[in-house]
Amino acid sequence: MTNAISARFKLDYPGFGLDVSLDLPGEGATVVFGPSGCGKTTLLRCMAGLERATDGHMRLDGEVWQDAQIFLPVEQRAVGMVFQEPRLFPHLNVKSNLCYGLARVPEERRILTLERIVEILGIETLLERRVQNLSGGEKQRVAIGRALLRSPRLLLMDEPLSALDLARKREILPFLQRLRKELKIPIVYVTHSLNEVLQLVDTLVVMEAGRVAARGPAEEVFSHLGLRRHLDSAMVGAVLETRVAEHDPAYCLTRLDYRGQALFVPKLEATVGDPARLHILSQDVSLALDPPNRRNSILNVLEATVVEVGPREAGSHQVDVKLDAGGPLLATITKKSFESLKLKTGTRVFAQIKAVKTMTPDQV
Amino acid sequence: MNFSEIDTGPIWLSLQLAGATVILLLIVGTPLAWWLAHTRNRWRTCAEALVALPLVLPPTVLGFYLLIAFGPNGWLGGPVKAVTGSALSFTFSGLVLASTLYSLPFVVQPLQNAFETVGRAPLEAAWTLGASRLDAFFTVASPMALRGYITAAVLGFAHTLGEFGVVLMVGGNIPGETKVVSIDIYDRVETLDFASAHWLSAGLLIFSFLVLVFVYTVNRRLPVRI
Repeated sequence: MTNAISARFKLDYPGFGLDVSLDLPGEGATVVFGPSGCGKTTLLRCMAGLERATDGHMRLDGEVWQDAQIFLPVEQRAVGMVFQEPRLFPHLNVKSNLCYGLARVPEERRILTLERIVEILGIETLLERRVQNLSGGEKQRVAIGRALLRSPRLLLMDEPLSALDLARKREILPFLQRLRKELKIPIVYVTHSLNEVLQLVDTLVVMEAGRVAARGPAEEVFSHLGLRRHLDSAMVGAVLETRVAEHDPAYCLTRLDYRGQALFVPKLEATVGDPARLHILSQDVSLALDPPNRRNSILNVLEATVVEVGPREAGSHQVDVKLDAGGPLLATITKKSFESLKLKTGTRVFAQIKAVKTMTPDQV
Repeated sequence: MNFSEIDTGPIWLSLQLAGATVILLLIVGTPLAWWLAHTRNRWRTCAEALVALPLVLPPTVLGFYLLIAFGPNGWLGGPVKAVTGSALSFTFSGLVLASTLYSLPFVVQPLQNAFETVGRAPLEAAWTLGASRLDAFFTVASPMALRGYITAAVLGFAHTLGEFGVVLMVGGNIPGETKVVSIDIYDRVETLDFASAHWLSAGLLIFSFLVLVFVYTVNRRLPVRI
């Protein structure tokens, strides 16, 4: 993995500071996740050059965009930016909006054609339309296309779905997944939606109060016991990277293979061998010392080992336990159960999973 | 009494004056309005007050100071006389300059409003798409502010056409040079030529009304609504 993007920014505004140092891979999607006001949008604006950090360094593939001496103006950075609102130009039609950036890139540096973008985003029928007559989802698709036609070497997306309703989000997410797979442009994607993180993430950066709280592959970051401090407790859980092993039409189930163990989920629209990303909330995992017997409705049980026990905070009845089930898994159990099971690092347990959330590519 | 008996010289002079003033105002007013719309400078409020001053100041006050400045011994008229041979007071050029100051708020305020309505967001989008500041101004901000430009130009033109006090102070009443319609009307009333005064006044009234109808129509019909 090459660390193609290197970004370091220090910024002091009244009541808000940003102090971030990140080395990010030059491919795939980096999702910057955190609550509103944590500085993720400012980070993105610093990377684009829309905000000038007093102490800032930004390099892309060895090309310096900002350091102590240099500050490349935003229009000279090969950056594609998609804002929260589409920001389409109201005096231009869809096609002219798309071509605005394209026309400002010399032909030899263009990496995408109008036809290709129109095809990927499915906007053939919109080209001659006035932008005022587009739906919210269509507008954001055009905005994404416009940013890509600028032939960026880095695509920055600032909560591009947050202004859309659920149906429009479902309309756009597959396009984003397709972009991530088909284009070799690194994407930095800012969001506060866990759902979007799970759909898109390759590398996860969790931000809080202007600082990076955690970063790494999603599987690893989500299994940090310390992450609970930064997340809504309804979001604490592990991410499991599995593959589709078999469909069972009789029961409408799909069997997934998770590093040699089986997990069953409601039937997925995916072919055998496809990757499937699961999110298992820690509160949906209970632990048992004995293997499950047949007098139990729980379908998914993984054999695991306790690897870490979270802090037993006074005033809380619960404790987080990190397990190794071939990959990380989190369980939240009561302190009472924890004591009676005499759990400690190395204990073999059976993790019973009550609910699983699936995220397969090309499907929301 | 018919129209042919009326000397059309003052009418043409008024139109020339208003035209020249509007062109000068758009050139000067655009950067000024842009700065006022975007700056966070602490002098901004003072600058806004200065621009708005001609709205509340008696035209005679403005005219008085300009007369002194434009005269052969004035800080502006003196150097101009040294170069061109004549000062600015009682000349057409002097009138254009005076009108520019007098009509400044009528051009700067609509432009400033328009630029503020456009805001920073579309400009940022244009910059990230590779447009330089000037490029983004001409291809995004200006077309989006088109209504503001039309309002500014028409109001500046109409207001210059109707100006009286400043012209009288700075320009006097020289036929073919500074005798504009509004002065001409005053003259005719003075000489009790009410019939001609009626023709000219009604003409100016109807013209001003049509101009405003045009502005409101255009503003309603223009495709770009922001």
